[in-house]
Order: sequence, then structure tokens, then C-alpha cells
Amino acid sequence: MTAYLIRRLVYSVFVLLGVSLLVFALVRLSGDPTALMVPLDATDEDVERLRRALGYDRPLPVQYLDFLTGALQGDLGTSLRHQQPALGMVLDRFPATLQLMAASLLVAIGVALPLGILSALRPDSWIDRFGVTLALIGQALPNFFLGIVLILVFSVGLGWFPSSGRGSLLHLVLPAVTLGTAASAFLNRLLRSSLLEVLASDYVRTARAKGRSETATVFVHALRNAAIPVLTVLGLQVIQLVGGAIVTETVFAYPGAGLLLVQSLGNLDFPVVQAFVLVVAVAVAIVNVVIDLLYGALDPRIRLA
Amino acid sequence: MSGRTNGPTNEGAHDVATDPTIDPARRATGGRGWRRVRLAIRRRPVATVALAFIVLVALTAVFAAQWAPHDPTAQSLRLRLRPPWPLPGSDPAHPLGTDPLGRDVLSRILHGARISLGVGVGAVLLQALLGVTAGLLAGFYRGAVDQVLMRLADVQQSIPFLVLVVAVAAVVGPSLRNTVLVLGVAGWVTYGRVVRAQVLSLMTSEYVTAAKALGGGDRRVMLRHLLPNLVAPITVIGTLTISAMILVEASLSFLGLGVPPPTPTWGGMVADGRNYVADAWWVSVMPGLAIFATVLSINLVGDALRETLDPSLRT
Repeated sequence: MTAYLIRRLVYSVFVLLGVSLLVFALVRLSGDPTALMVPLDATDEDVERLRRALGYDRPLPVQYLDFLTGALQGDLGTSLRHQQPALGMVLDRFPATLQLMAASLLVAIGVALPLGILSALRPDSWIDRFGVTLALIGQALPNFFLGIVLILVFSVGLGWFPSSGRGSLLHLVLPAVTLGTAASAFLNRLLRSSLLEVLASDYVRTARAKGRSETATVFVHALRNAAIPVLTVLGLQVIQLVGGAIVTETVFAYPGAGLLLVQSLGNLDFPVVQAFVLVVAVAVAIVNVVIDLLYGALDPRIRLA
Repeated sequence: MSGRTNGPTNEGAHDVATDPTIDPARRATGGRGWRRVRLAIRRRPVATVALAFIVLVALTAVFAAQWAPHDPTAQSLRLRLRPPWPLPGSDPAHPLGTDPLGRDVLSRILHGARISLGVGVGAVLLQALLGVTAGLLAGFYRGAVDQVLMRLADVQQSIPFLVLVVAVAAVVGPSLRNTVLVLGVAGWVTYGRVVRAQVLSLMTSEYVTAAKALGGGDRRVMLRHLLPNLVAPITVIGTLTISAMILVEASLSFLGLGVPPPTPTWGGMVADGRNYVADAWWVSVMPGLAIFATVLSINLVGDALRETLDPSLRT
């Protein structure tokens, strides 16, 4: 177990090195960063002086090593626009994004779990059809459009929830539904098919044959086994939720890291973009390790060695 | 096809799908054309309607210039924010209303179909091309090629797709060509992994061994013996991802990182109407519904196609 964890961590470090190289290359592709820093009326000599001062005239591998050393010490450069440490800006905004993602996962699981179980227990019933329809709609709705429709109905029309900002629990409802809908559609369908497969297995028949109640059969025997494929997808969904959060935060002017990213992209503030991508990559690496560990907890047969 | 003469004489009861004498590759195209179409419609009425809608959107993309009642970029301050017909204050010349600049929403939606479908199809083709090439090379040669490609895939997959795409799109600058390129390059990984896994298992099959033993070169084995067996999984992933790519393109346009104005895009139109939802809901809602209906139709047809091509994927 420990050996596995160590190997997994070493591997994550290599992936993160790859991400850092990718991010570095990406930002250098955009051209010379000094061009974005100087005022419009700067002379060529001014630009050249700044290039030297900041070290952009050195060979790229040297610059990358420099960037990497800085990154390891928590220095991902300074925001071109706000003159603040880029990493700090991103980390300041991340809790808001995590809160939004957690709330949307709650929505997704809260809808998908009961609907998936009921659909699997009664295939082709009205609730199953309802689940299919809901999933189809949820997967086809662009989240920015869903967000606007929700604002239109529940903020403008009914006045139940605020349409933008962050603060109270009420502020979180519409963004969480917007972000969680697509994930809930995937999870609901997957849980249904996974559970259907498990319910047809020998050990479920045994559980029924020895007289266990239907509730115990489903919740004790079936659900735990059906959870394994669902967990894989849930992990992937959590990762993709970050992408959805960018859009959702923009729609609701929710002051998270996603909104900061969109604003930084608009300002060509690449150090902040760099910091955002690297922070997300680290978070993704952590999520992947956690999911691997959860597999082991759910199914002791999966040996992590 | 000598076995054909031994088949049942009653054509009506002949089941193409289960007849063991028919080469599996021919089953998909076997049977009588129109009867099969009628049968398909009766079996899957919803998918048929969805397919008809996709055809309509595709035709719209081709004939947008002819069908659109107005120039999609023509502005008119006099006709700002007219509601859709038949709401009070509407103008029958603008059946879906006008936007904050007085542009005809219907004409813009018709023209927007070009970008949505064009980028969706273009991105998927590029992804498939890159992914299949990478997967074939990785699975066939293994070793260093495999290591490099799969580690690159790991790195790309550790960044959420939309994050990767918005970052790259912002760096390379918004344009139609760049949008297709960014989506194509960012999205090869799924194809690459599936194709590689398939190739690895095919490499142990007897006919590949035979082809190699008979002196078939690397290229010949890859293109003549491996590639045809990859068509079904590639088609499945393609139909799965085309709607996802349309959604990503719409998100990019919504964020202002896709095809730049004044070219009408559905995502960009939703963004245009964002600040007017309270008074002029149609500016955002109409293009939003266009995205929704198109993606829903593609998913419905994709599901039907998938069940036909790969019964093991049925849920």
C-alpha cells in the first residue's frame, strides 16, 4: 500500500513537471511577455532594456529552469495587471470555487443517487423514463444557457434567488444547479446501468435467496459494488467540473478562481493563467490519488501494489 | 458467398443480423434499402425525428446565405430589441426578434449553424486523425513511441479539457481556424487511448501474425489490417464527442474566446443577450435553444447508432 502510494506520488510529480513544461511553452508561444508589460509608447530600446532586466533574453531552457525553481518555492510570477503574486491571487479565489463545486456535486449526487437506484429497480417504469429524459436534457443543455434560464425564471421572474455574487447560501443555489446538472445526468445513467448489472449477479441472487430484505440487498450488497465504476466517472466529472465552473462563475459573476481566469485571459495576464493551470493540475493529481485509495476501501480485491 | 445458397428460401423471415453465413462486415449494409429504413423509423421514431432535425441544421449551415431573411450583421438602431412574433411590439419581418444592435435573431441563428456544425465536425475529424495516428503508432511500435505519446496524454488529461482549451485559445488568439485547431489538438487523447488498446489486442490475433509472416510491411499491416477494425470504436467516440465539441465551441464563443464578432455564433449570441435577459429574454434564449436542440438531436442519433454498431455498449 505504502509502496503503491509512493509510486503514485512519484508519477504525479512527473506529470506535474510535464504540465509545467506545457504551461511554460504555451505562454512563451504567445510571444515576448515584455511586449505586454510596457506602455504603448515605449521605444524599442525600452523594451530591450526590460527584456534584459527580466531575463527574457536568455536561452529558453535556462528560463524554464528558472521558472521551475520559482514554482517549487511558490513563486509563479507577478500578475501583469495587478502587480501581485499570481499564485496568491489564484489561491485566494480557490475556496470560493471549491465551495461552488462541492455544492454542485451535492446537487448532482442528490438527484442521481435516488433516481439511479429507482430506475435500476424498476427498469422501463415511468421513473426510469423520467430519468432517461432528464439525463438527455441535462447533457444537451449548455451550462451558460441553463444559468441564464435559471436567472430568468428564479431571479428575474420569481425573485427567489439572487442572480449574481457570493455571500449567503441563497447565492449558491442557482450556480450549483447550473454546474451540477450535466454531472448529475451522467451519474444517474451510469449508476443505473452499473446497478442493473450487479443486481443480475449471483451474489445478489444468493442474498435474496437467503431471505434478506430487498432494502438490505440493494443497499448492503448491490450498491457498494455498483459504486466502483461510478466512482471512476465521478472522479473524471469532478475534474471536468473545474471547466464548467469557469463558465458558471462568469454567468453568475461569482468571484471564484474561474472568473479570475476569464478576466486574466481577457487582459492577457498570463502569469495568472499559468498559476491557475498549475494549481488545477496539482488538485487533479490529488483527486486521482484519493480515488485510487477509495477503490481499495470499496473493493479489497483491488490490490494497490 | 457460397453459403448463401444454403440459407433459408423464405426471404421475409431471413434475419440478416443473425445469419452466420453472412460476413459480419456486410451485415450493416445488407438487407433491402427501403424496408430497412421503414423498419428503423418504426423502431426508433424519436431518433428519426432527431436525424431529420440534424439534416435540417446541416442544410441550414450550407444554405444560410440563401435562407436567411436578412443580413446577419446588418444593424438598425430603429429596430433594437424587437420581441419575437407574435408578441406585442414585434415586427413580422423579424419572426424571432432582434438583438441589442437591431440585428435579426433568426438570420444570425441560421448563419451560426455554420460555425457550430463546422467547428464541431472539423474538430472531431482532426481529433480522430491525430488520435488514430498516435494510437496506431503507440500500439504498433510500443517502446519509446508509446511512452512519449502516452505520457503526453497523461499530461493533457491532468488539465480539465475546458481549462486547457480556453488557455490555449487565449494564447493563440481567437479565430475560426484556431478554434478548430485548439479543439482538435486538445482532444486527441480519447481516440489515442482507445485505438492503442484495440491495436494492442489486435496485434496478438492470428491474421495480423499471418499478415506479418507473409511479409506485409508496417504500413500495410497498420492501414489494411488494423485500421478497418478500428472503424466501429472510432465512429462511436466520434458521435459521442461531436456534440461535446459543439458545446465547447459554444462555451468558448460565450466567453469571447471563440470565433470573434461580427461572425454570428450561437454561444456569442447567448453572451450578447446576457445583460438584457430581464427585458429581452429572446436574444439569449433563441440561440440557446438552437444549441440545445442540435446537441440533443446528435446525442439521440448517436445513442441509436451506438446500439447498432456496438451492442455491448447498451445501457
